[in-house]
Amino acid sequence: MKARVTVTLKSGILDPQGKAIEGALRSLGVEGVASVRQGKVFDIELEGTTDRAKAEAALKAAADKLLANTVIENYRIEVVG
Amino acid sequence: MAIAKDTLLRNEPRITPELVAEHGLKPDEYQRILDLIGREPTLTELGIFSAMWNEHCSYKSSKVHLRGLPTEAPWVIQGPGENAGVIDIGDGLAVVFKMESHNHPSFIEPYQGATTGVGGILRDVFTMGARPIACLNAISFGDPKHPKTRHLVSGVVAGIGGYGNSFGVPTVGGQTRFHTRYDGNNLVNAMAVGLARTDSIFYAAASGVGMPIVYLGSKTGRDGIHGASMASAEFGEDSEEKRPTVQVGDPFAEKLLLEACLEIMRKDCVIAIQDMGAAGLTCSAVEMGAKGDLGVTLDLDKVPTRETGMSAYEMMLSESQERMLMVLRPEKEQEAEDIFRKWGLDFAIVGETTPTKRFIVRHGGDVMADLPIKELGDEAPVYNRPFVESPKLPVIHAGDVTHPMSMADALERLIGSPDLCSKRWVWEQYDHIIGGNTVQRPGGDAGVVRIEDGPKGLAMTADVTPRYCEADPFEGGKQAVAEAYRNLCAVGALPLAITDNLNFGNPEKPEIMGQFVGCVRGIAAACKALDFPVVSGNVSLYNETNGRAILPTPTIGGVGLLNDFMKSMSSGFKDSGDTILLIGENPGWLGQSLYLREICGREEGAPPPVDLEHEKRHGAFVRRLILDSQVTAVHDISDGGLLVALAEMALASGLGATLDAAPAAVPAQAFWFGEDQARYVVTAKAADAEKVLAKATAAGIPARTLGTVGGKAIAVKGEKAVPLATLNAAFEGWLPAYMAGKA
Amino acid sequence: MARTLKLVSGVEPAMVWHADTALPAGTDLVVVPGGFSYGDYLRCGAIAARAPIMDAVRAFAAKGGLVLGVCNGFQILCESGLLPGVLMRNQQLKFICRDVYLRVERSDTPFTRGYNAGQVIRVPVAHGEGNYIADGETIARLEGEGRVLFRYSSPDGLVDPDWNHNGAINAIAGIVNGQGNVLGMMPHPENHVEAVIGCTDGRGLFAGLSDHFDKAA
Repeated sequence: MKARVTVTLKSGILDPQGKAIEGALRSLGVEGVASVRQGKVFDIELEGTTDRAKAEAALKAAADKLLANTVIENYRIEVVG
Repeated sequence: MAIAKDTLLRNEPRITPELVAEHGLKPDEYQRILDLIGREPTLTELGIFSAMWNEHCSYKSSKVHLRGLPTEAPWVIQGPGENAGVIDIGDGLAVVFKMESHNHPSFIEPYQGATTGVGGILRDVFTMGARPIACLNAISFGDPKHPKTRHLVSGVVAGIGGYGNSFGVPTVGGQTRFHTRYDGNNLVNAMAVGLARTDSIFYAAASGVGMPIVYLGSKTGRDGIHGASMASAEFGEDSEEKRPTVQVGDPFAEKLLLEACLEIMRKDCVIAIQDMGAAGLTCSAVEMGAKGDLGVTLDLDKVPTRETGMSAYEMMLSESQERMLMVLRPEKEQEAEDIFRKWGLDFAIVGETTPTKRFIVRHGGDVMADLPIKELGDEAPVYNRPFVESPKLPVIHAGDVTHPMSMADALERLIGSPDLCSKRWVWEQYDHIIGGNTVQRPGGDAGVVRIEDGPKGLAMTADVTPRYCEADPFEGGKQAVAEAYRNLCAVGALPLAITDNLNFGNPEKPEIMGQFVGCVRGIAAACKALDFPVVSGNVSLYNETNGRAILPTPTIGGVGLLNDFMKSMSSGFKDSGDTILLIGENPGWLGQSLYLREICGREEGAPPPVDLEHEKRHGAFVRRLILDSQVTAVHDISDGGLLVALAEMALASGLGATLDAAPAAVPAQAFWFGEDQARYVVTAKAADAEKVLAKATAAGIPARTLGTVGGKAIAVKGEKAVPLATLNAAFEGWLPAYMAGKA
Repeated sequence: MARTLKLVSGVEPAMVWHADTALPAGTDLVVVPGGFSYGDYLRCGAIAARAPIMDAVRAFAAKGGLVLGVCNGFQILCESGLLPGVLMRNQQLKFICRDVYLRVERSDTPFTRGYNAGQVIRVPVAHGEGNYIADGETIARLEGEGRVLFRYSSPDGLVDPDWNHNGAINAIAGIVNGQGNVLGMMPHPENHVEAVIGCTDGRGLFAGLSDHFDKAA
């Protein structure tokens, strides 16, 4: 089973990286960029289960314990089959 | 410009006792607000009061005691009360420095908490017109076995490095310690040192009516709202859940802010400048006005924000980082704006100075706050809180201590213990060479940096021994200052001034207040005796979790001057055959020593007394020896005692030492591991050793020969020799192994 | 860096603003120094590599002008396509500031003429992302063409994993482009040019360059 966990900064948390990238895109002439926020993507392969709910629970544990710093980050789990 | 009271405010809730309590204000403090303004405050006003009157900004519990600290000397340009202290080092140059804590934020989010701590202290320094030239960090963590400790160490160290390295300032020294009393409250005390010209120091006091107040730097978000109030509250079981929005540091933005600020200062655009630190816009605007005897009107619709729908309350209390408030010369406004735009920073005129001495905040057409500006600061409650002196602990007599292992085994165990082992794992993550001026890197007695192209150099150190402060606050306070003094003397620097970062528990408890009062009195006594005034500082109280306070930790950041940095002395042995000498008396004080704690398992007794007269004379003597090139290495003796100091000198050089046996009058363990104060180890060429001893005798300073440099072991006569390789493995091994989960 | 250039060559370097589009007339050496450009956000050197002035630097290099990139400068040169490969996070995932030993592989280049081939020098590193990596073909080409100028080594010149502090492939610390006029290196020779600061092993690089320009003039 494959899954993707996307970790993003909580809204309201300053994203210095996003801000610098946003400025660079503007200076490179890329038009229409209102704002940029940077996140992380984890592609995870799970083995030994076909139970979606179980997989989601495991991924949630993974995200809470390690992948995301839940003080400042949110995450989204997608089980892609 | 006076605003009629009836136009004040809409859309805000009634102030309830719950709301007052949530703002950390006591009922009698709220009553004081009512009496002061003669009506119920608006929510924004309540927020402003809570920010101005909390412990962090108002020093309400500490003020009466801090007044006892000596703050003046002919070389002091600016003492406490500004963003940072300023001292004169000659040649038209000034050193600007301060230490500040970021304890609570670093416990909640160690990386960001540490970065914003470093960012804040750097801003304090360049706000005064100085270019930062070095940083130090004193960090304290819980028991290594506590489940959170490793995570906190890793995050805090990465955060300190992450900010300082990227900003581009070398981190040249500091302290790292572990003790179970920091389990629920780790400490991050960050110190920054900057260099300015004496004729262009910038202050916070505004002057002139109708002057534009300018907002500079990053945009405002909802970061850390009520961070300052959090820093003034005890932690409980639920504090890990009650996380306020975490502030995130942006070292790149700060670098731009530094360059932009220094550029507009050079162009003479600035009348007054204040960093937006704790309680951001509120504290900075009030301080500018109050110090200049002026009113301030702010128009929040002009404040650059990065989030939509921010209320006046949020904007006034936001602790978004990398922001400054300035009063500019009106005729230079355009020039300043152009400079800021060039550096890609936000620039907005958000208000003006007024003759009314009122602090008025407008937002969306409403007046959200209208308060008397002087009283916001001056009328903050001041408490002379009840305190009890810590009980005196019995003196432990060396003869009554039983010794569980051989001297050699004890040395190996001590040098590999968490508090004495090498902190290389920490300081290698800090860029300590950037700028190309670092003369002495971390790991020695004090960091030394060259000033501009020389020949002057600046030495700096951060010191405190919390277990001494706990056992006897007065002696502990003295010792913290004395050790900073010694570390500076040991590199050959003349100690000039200190910054103090006073970390304690809940001051509402008389025994904690007693620790605070005792330590401050001890610091004052030492500063007076050593001509070593306090020029800046910070107080962090309520460092408690579930009723258990940290060890009293008054960190002392000391700065000293070398007239010729090339004469700076290092602690490593230099040549085989050099004679090793002890300066100072060595009666063998084991109470509160690391030997007693780590080897005998006893955290007991009165700490070593500090004779300030001895400190002064021995320090001056050592500086003289260095200046006269009569010594080849110098090391102060502190934690772990004489043999640990000798081992450190050996490990720094790869050269061992052959040592005479301890004199019969003193138990050997006490001689080698006692922590008596006012002592140094020096080495001299064999031919110079007699001259050094004669000089000591002439000056009435105790000195004796200990042995000779050489070999590949620490060999005490009559004891098993300890190979340097064994010591090195213990010294360098513990921290990396611990961080890798193997210790 | 600027101080070192002045100290060793006697010539005050000109500072160039990132948003400029031209180098000063008469430029004979472009130095891209270290220092967390744009906070190293996105990727190290990525944003600076796209700064307007970099077009002028590329044009200068294409005409054979000498370019030296140190630390972040090396990262910028890789991101800008002037040098192959990338600098990944250090193997131990930490920023490391310490003195390291470098074996100078060749002495017949303008950058290394101040050294002997095989000489070992001590210079500091200060980086979190200095772990050089490139595809096998590129590495083979770099090695085959003798384009690795500096390698992390022991004090005796031994290339060994224990002395390769960041895990760089083949212990690569510095490389040149195919024409040999663009050098990128992670260590900071500019910080070891004064005995009073502790070491002068880095001086050879700048003295060699200075000598190169004197001979050319």
